[in-house]
Amino acid sequence: MRAATDLSAEQIEELGRRLDAIRDRVLAERGASDAEYIRGVIRTQRALEVGGRAVLFAGALPPAWIAGTAMLSIAKILENMEIGHNVMHGQWDWMRDPKIHSSAWEWDNVSSSAEWKHSHNYLHHTYTNVVGKDRDVGYGILRLSEEQKWNPYYLGNPLYNFLLSLFFEYGVALHDLEVEKLVAGEKPWSRVWQQIKSIGRKTGRQILKDYVAFPALAGPFFLPVLAGNVTANLVRNVWSHAVIFCGHFPAGAVQFTEEQLADESRGEWYVRQLLGSANLDGGRYFHLMTGQLSFQIEHHLFPDLPSNRYAEIAPEVRALCAEYGLEYTTGPLWKQYLQVLGTINRLALPNGRR
Amino acid sequence: MFRRAPAAPGRRRGLLAAVHAVGALTSPLLPEDFLTLVDPLWSTTSLRGRVVARRRETGRAVSVAIEPGRAWAGHRAGQYVGLAVEVDGVRHRRTYSLSSPEGAEHLTVTVQEVPDGVVSTRLVRNLPIGTIVELDQAAGEFTLPDPLPEKLLFVTAGSGITPVMAMLRTLDRAAAMPDVVLVHAARSPEDTIFAGELTALAARHPSLRVVLRHSGVTGRLDPGGVDRTVPDRADRAVYACGPAGLLDALDEAWDGVRVERFRPAGRASVEGTGGVVELGGTRVEVEPGRSLLDAGEAAGKLMPSGCRMGICFGCVLPLREGRVRDLRTGEEHGEPGDLVQTCVNSACGPARIDLP
Ligand SMILES: Cc1cc2nc3c(=O)[nH]c(=O)nc-3n(C[C@H](O)[C@H](O)[C@H](O)COP(=O)(O)OP(=O)(O)OC[C@H]3O[C@@H](n4cnc5c(N)ncnc54)[C@H](O)[C@@H]3O)c2cc1C
Ligand code: FES
Repeated sequence: MRAATDLSAEQIEELGRRLDAIRDRVLAERGASDAEYIRGVIRTQRALEVGGRAVLFAGALPPAWIAGTAMLSIAKILENMEIGHNVMHGQWDWMRDPKIHSSAWEWDNVSSSAEWKHSHNYLHHTYTNVVGKDRDVGYGILRLSEEQKWNPYYLGNPLYNFLLSLFFEYGVALHDLEVEKLVAGEKPWSRVWQQIKSIGRKTGRQILKDYVAFPALAGPFFLPVLAGNVTANLVRNVWSHAVIFCGHFPAGAVQFTEEQLADESRGEWYVRQLLGSANLDGGRYFHLMTGQLSFQIEHHLFPDLPSNRYAEIAPEVRALCAEYGLEYTTGPLWKQYLQVLGTINRLALPNGRR
Repeated sequence: MFRRAPAAPGRRRGLLAAVHAVGALTSPLLPEDFLTLVDPLWSTTSLRGRVVARRRETGRAVSVAIEPGRAWAGHRAGQYVGLAVEVDGVRHRRTYSLSSPEGAEHLTVTVQEVPDGVVSTRLVRNLPIGTIVELDQAAGEFTLPDPLPEKLLFVTAGSGITPVMAMLRTLDRAAAMPDVVLVHAARSPEDTIFAGELTALAARHPSLRVVLRHSGVTGRLDPGGVDRTVPDRADRAVYACGPAGLLDALDEAWDGVRVERFRPAGRASVEGTGGVVELGGTRVEVEPGRSLLDAGEAAGKLMPSGCRMGICFGCVLPLREGRVRDLRTGEEHGEPGDLVQTCVNSACGPARIDLP
């Protein structure tokens, strides 16, 4: 990782081997208790969803509205973060359960799983934090790096970020279109049109469910149920936006240039994942609600290990970082998020250098 | 569900609309993803069964009784069923002959432990009552013709008795036992699956003769030995099931034997090659001698399969690039677009195969 660390090539390869050893150990240990874990989360999520929607039918009463909306919000967060995201990474493919498999999972989100697996699993996880390659850097909307050339549009950075957090799922879905590539003539219209149709279909189904079917089923309580569903989707969006932005953009997380990517070895890839990611401190249920993305560093090193194992390997990864003098960025959510907001505000201006 | 007359078009449209309406409520999941939280057998997209009883047959064999979901279409005696069970969190599919008679309420499979066998040891040693297993519909042609032949001979060894047991139990239930001889070999008396029941059946049906052999004492069963025991062998319709060696010898010695194999007939020793195969978009390393099916499953891919030994064609997938090696013959083959049986073919250098 030229220019990002002082480590020698030998040290980087050795670090790579030691990380591989952690990975191999966890792979060999996967078993019945891991399978029970993910099934338990899925059962809990479905119970919360059914329960939340049932309670919301009594949503004319404020306590029921609050309880139902809260349950539904939690269900949606669990579904997207701990289940959907991780299943689509192939973390549970080893079970060969067709119901919990990356090739079959469709999540409760307007972005379709097929498109998302390409933009997230492939592009983002391969080119993590490489400006110009990793399209998650700013989602094409924000300026999140000094490497992104300033223009007056970016004065709206804080506003765009606020809107993006509210409508995050739509941001992610449209993100897959790679409109800038279309403009640059690198992507044919036919492909974009095909994607628009797929996004439209998925969005249609999601809207039908949350904003038409369930409210209609509630009859006279149409409005409270609609409001509950809108709120649950907003809560899920704001939460996942916060968690995801804290994974790569707080102070301490490093960004890279395309030159640094050239001829990257396995060890260097590991180092880039380490330095480009940031963790969040918290308790067991906090980690569950972030889909274990509070272990963003471990997730980026080993995107396909079962998420319930990240907590157990985190101390080892941290110790390795200490040994090799690499920064292991971590902190509480509020602190990391303030840092992200600080960066976004600063980069709204042309002289936004750190 | 199954044998019901098709619904009138009007009603059917109504039903479809209802399914769509409920689907709109559970999207992107299916209604059954929620229903099966209550009872896994309610699944309409996959056939499942619940283990309801286990009976030890010998020190190495157990019969497992399974209550199938409503979509189960029944079986004919002698047929087998595809079964997926979970071992250490991983789903494994294997094939087992049904030992229960036709029309029985619960189906049974009778499994004999194979040393280091992943699925058989699990089934024999610790499969808790209540376990949910994934099932395929019964399949296979190792069944009695209608009308029945007048005289029958069954030659079986080891766990090869299971499909024949289903036939004997069915004939017994129908009280239609023709002239039958069963020559069955097991290692020892303690290792003889169904010994008690077979003796009782023979006592009940004068037209059934049961000859139990113990290979530990009298040596292996061979065609000559059977001929000496059953002088009118040539007049009988012959059904055989057991180890490959016995089946090959019978096939060689006599004409028109119907055999059921549990394992592929012999394997060529395959050296060299193997290779990296792109299976449905993932690069999977296939070691020499290992089947594409095994390697793909180990890599977490969802692969179709059935008998796992090259007879049912339940595992065929289109080869897009490269060539494969048939593990039975050692031959290299394959052109782009060919359908290959993944259970009996290995890689032969780099190749690309599509998944459904
Ligand atoms: C049509 C059909 C019907 C069958 N019916 C029955 C049945 O009624 N009862 C029953 O017990 N089995 C039956 N089998 C065999 C069964 O499908 C499995 O192959 C067997 O239980 C071993 O599976 P495993 O997962 O335990 O072994 P694996 O983990 O697959 O294999 C472990 C080792 O054992 C070897 N091995 C695999 N199968 C056998 C075998 N049958 N004998 C000796 N060594 C073997 C393998 O080559 C390997 O080296 C049937 C197979 C077929 C194709
Ligand atoms: S699984 Fe039956 S032919 Fe391959």
